[in-house]
Amino acid sequence: MTAKNSDIIECELFVIGRGMAGMAAALFAANRGLSTIQAGMAGGLIFASGLLDLLGVYPLDEKRPWDDPWAGMDRLVQDVPNHPYARLKREEIQGAFHEVLSFLEKHGLPYCFQDARNSQMMTPAGTIKRTYCVPKTMWNGVQALEEKGPCLLADFTGLHDFSARQIVATMKDEWPQLRSACVPFPAPGYIKDLITGEMTAQDLELSKNQDKLVKDLEPYLKDAQAVGMPAILGLNHSHEIVSDFGQRIGVPIFEIPTLPISVPGLRLNDTFTRGLSAKGVQSFQQYQVSEVSQTPRGGFQLVIGKNLSKRIIRTKAIILASGRFLGRGLKADRKHVYETIFDLPLYQPADRNEWHSQDFLNPEGHPINRAGVEIDDAFRPVDKTGRPVFQNLYAAGSILAHQDWMRMKCGSGLAIATAYGAVNALLKIN
Amino acid sequence: MKSRLQTQVLIIGGGATGTGLARDLALRGVQCILVEKGDINSGTSGANHGLLHSGARYVFSDPGGASECREEAELLKSTAPHCIEETGGLFVAVQGDDETYVADFPHLCSSCGIPLRELDPKEARELEPTLSEKLIAAYEVGDATIAPFMLSLDNISQAQQLGTQLLCQTKVVGFKKNNHRIQTVKLLDMKTDEAFTVEAEQVVSASGPWAGEIAALANVSIDILYSKGSLTVTDTRVTKRVVNRLRPPGDGDILVPGGSVSILGTTSIRVDSLQEIRPTVEEMDLMVDEGAAMLPILENARYIRAFAGVRPLVSAECDTDDRCIARGFALLDHFPQGVENFFTITGGKLTTYRLMAERTADLVCERLSVSKPCLTRVEPLPSTQTGRWTEPGLGPKLWLKDNNPEDPLLCECEMLPESAIDSVIDSIRQQNSRPSLRAIGRHSRLGKGPCQGTCCGHRVVAHLYERGELKANEGILNLREFFRTRWKGERPVLWDHQLAQAELKEAIYCGLLDLERSTIADRENGA
Repeated sequence: MTAKNSDIIECELFVIGRGMAGMAAALFAANRGLSTIQAGMAGGLIFASGLLDLLGVYPLDEKRPWDDPWAGMDRLVQDVPNHPYARLKREEIQGAFHEVLSFLEKHGLPYCFQDARNSQMMTPAGTIKRTYCVPKTMWNGVQALEEKGPCLLADFTGLHDFSARQIVATMKDEWPQLRSACVPFPAPGYIKDLITGEMTAQDLELSKNQDKLVKDLEPYLKDAQAVGMPAILGLNHSHEIVSDFGQRIGVPIFEIPTLPISVPGLRLNDTFTRGLSAKGVQSFQQYQVSEVSQTPRGGFQLVIGKNLSKRIIRTKAIILASGRFLGRGLKADRKHVYETIFDLPLYQPADRNEWHSQDFLNPEGHPINRAGVEIDDAFRPVDKTGRPVFQNLYAAGSILAHQDWMRMKCGSGLAIATAYGAVNALLKIN
Repeated sequence: MKSRLQTQVLIIGGGATGTGLARDLALRGVQCILVEKGDINSGTSGANHGLLHSGARYVFSDPGGASECREEAELLKSTAPHCIEETGGLFVAVQGDDETYVADFPHLCSSCGIPLRELDPKEARELEPTLSEKLIAAYEVGDATIAPFMLSLDNISQAQQLGTQLLCQTKVVGFKKNNHRIQTVKLLDMKTDEAFTVEAEQVVSASGPWAGEIAALANVSIDILYSKGSLTVTDTRVTKRVVNRLRPPGDGDILVPGGSVSILGTTSIRVDSLQEIRPTVEEMDLMVDEGAAMLPILENARYIRAFAGVRPLVSAECDTDDRCIARGFALLDHFPQGVENFFTITGGKLTTYRLMAERTADLVCERLSVSKPCLTRVEPLPSTQTGRWTEPGLGPKLWLKDNNPEDPLLCECEMLPESAIDSVIDSIRQQNSRPSLRAIGRHSRLGKGPCQGTCCGHRVVAHLYERGELKANEGILNLREFFRTRWKGERPVLWDHQLAQAELKEAIYCGLLDLERSTIADRENGA
């Protein structure tokens, strides 16, 4: 029996957004027995690098990096008491990460982290980034970078969005034993137009291509104690592929993050989608909310999708995890920033001239990045008087005000922690 | 190696006038060195509409200049057709515009010899359907567009083939005078920090707004005013023709097509210094509001960037509006100020660059006792590969034709394949310049599309490493410099789609790559 467009689908929680915050919120809700529906565009996860940041840098003007993210967070919430992190205890955030990571591991995407320490990871530009959790496929890279022993970075002929030579040249001073090599891409059909992405990753799942790659890499290994490659070693089962590769080559292999649309981001997206579906979360992909109204009993009725794919949903509560400008949770005209679904009141700079610094790379970041939805202790969007706009509307993730996830390096942490806070608060209230 | 060079003429400035002068002199067999502190067209010549004026815009304020424009535009259409798109132009007035002005327009055009055709507003809207419904008058004139980068690059290419030496990223730091003559010009190669000198029989400053600063180095004073003009670029081509507002020249009253985009401009703001010239949020809003009066579609168009240039104005007669200063050019012989082999050519318009070069070359040749006549009136400007990739819309055109899977696109917005980037790198090398990301951007459409370098920035840096053009951490410096430069033009247009685009760029380059914190940043700022 198929549902008709005019049928009303009922649920306890409707999550708007399919980025990290939306996925985490749906997971926490499903784990707590709430009937959950999720809708959104191809979410922020396909733009994700796969690294899960918690807190890397604070204060921004000092460009101060933190090896212990929790210590950094103590300093942050002391200085910025309205940062979303200030509404959660360390144990809660740890619990939230634990829940997400065990879910991902169970569904084939294991992550590694050190409890009270950020890990350092090389980027495709040859810079070093501090992050909290890294995919297990990248973990050997964290250790290789720490030890700085003989190490080979390999890429493929014709790959034009990743250059091992670039990383090696850039890091040479601090890592003299780093070398690069370029091997042919093992699958047939590519001449020169090769990019890191879904197709190349799927090609590397085939054992004949893996065999060829192992053979092509061997002459370059020499004294290398680890080998790094762009993160395209399989879309699924990447961890198995990487560890199998390592065994065959005889040294540990690691993946290096790539620019979007990156395979580790796709893996996150796929894993969440599969895992949430197994938990009974009903998901509407590529659906946007077109109408929303309050029901007499204090819930919401929403219309999602258009024309033939239109659906009507009735829910007791909503978590708004629709993201910022790229995710279309926020929109701006020449004068103001506004929230696209409920037209919620926003914290924002007075006019456009104050949105951005004159310098793109100003270490303090751009004021507009701190614009967003202000919330109460229960993660409910509030109006100017500090009262919740709706009793059962919650918000999570990058749409929240008073944070700059790109500069503080706290995107995933913010998403996971606030989704956790929102779900727990709504359970308490409803 | 080049600690002392000798030449007949040293030209200072690689904009339209300087490169045009180099070609003119080269065609007369005069040996030249051209020094440019940035790259070709990195000043005013690279920051304008690319409008080849029919002259109609100046019939009120400067009839002499209007006739000059008409003649020069006709001449360039026949000698440099590959740099020109004969779009035609419209002058339109809307409700509320000055009707006396409108009424005077046709006979003023006729008296300058500028052909025009009166259009019924309805007819005008058939030609350009995005014109306002509030149109009260419309005239069709012979405006056209000219690709400024291609023009200058082709001029300098021919000059180089004829023996001119081009030194980019080379700055004049002083003059050594002797006996009322400049004996040597002291120069600094900014790529290597190497100082050297040139002995020249004649020295010409074609340095646009920097003319005052250069002259000061020779103890010559020029009264020069700086008028900043900002412009903004839409993501699509809004009109087929150039559209001018039929009123006294003001802000945001010209929309000029440029290949696959349109350019709206300009503003006119007096500035005291040539430092930190950038378009502002206020200018952007002003242009959009004014432009929308002619073409309402401009209110909600997507603007991908803005840019600003400085017009050098060599007259101080008027202090209320810089537009009322005749924008004619100034050719100054500094003999009366006690330097007998030094000239300045500045002011003017892109449309009259050739005439400015001709007049200057005539004067210089007279001093050199060279009697060869100017050839640029008749001699066609050869089209070279050098200027080719600056043409808006060329990428998509060739991509559809060639579609070579072995030649991947490095810039998807402007459809520049690897082979295009490689040929741009080669031509930068030919100009004795370094192929940085920013230089490639100046010599092609790289980074000028909607994504503003988000995708191509990283790819082209990776490619430069693969080619061995970059070493150590130069890639980080390249990216930082490229994005900072692009940002000047992006910042005023960041709302709606472009804001989302900028967010993606920041998420990648700051969120993931940590570019704002890279340890070399402090050194770079200190430098």
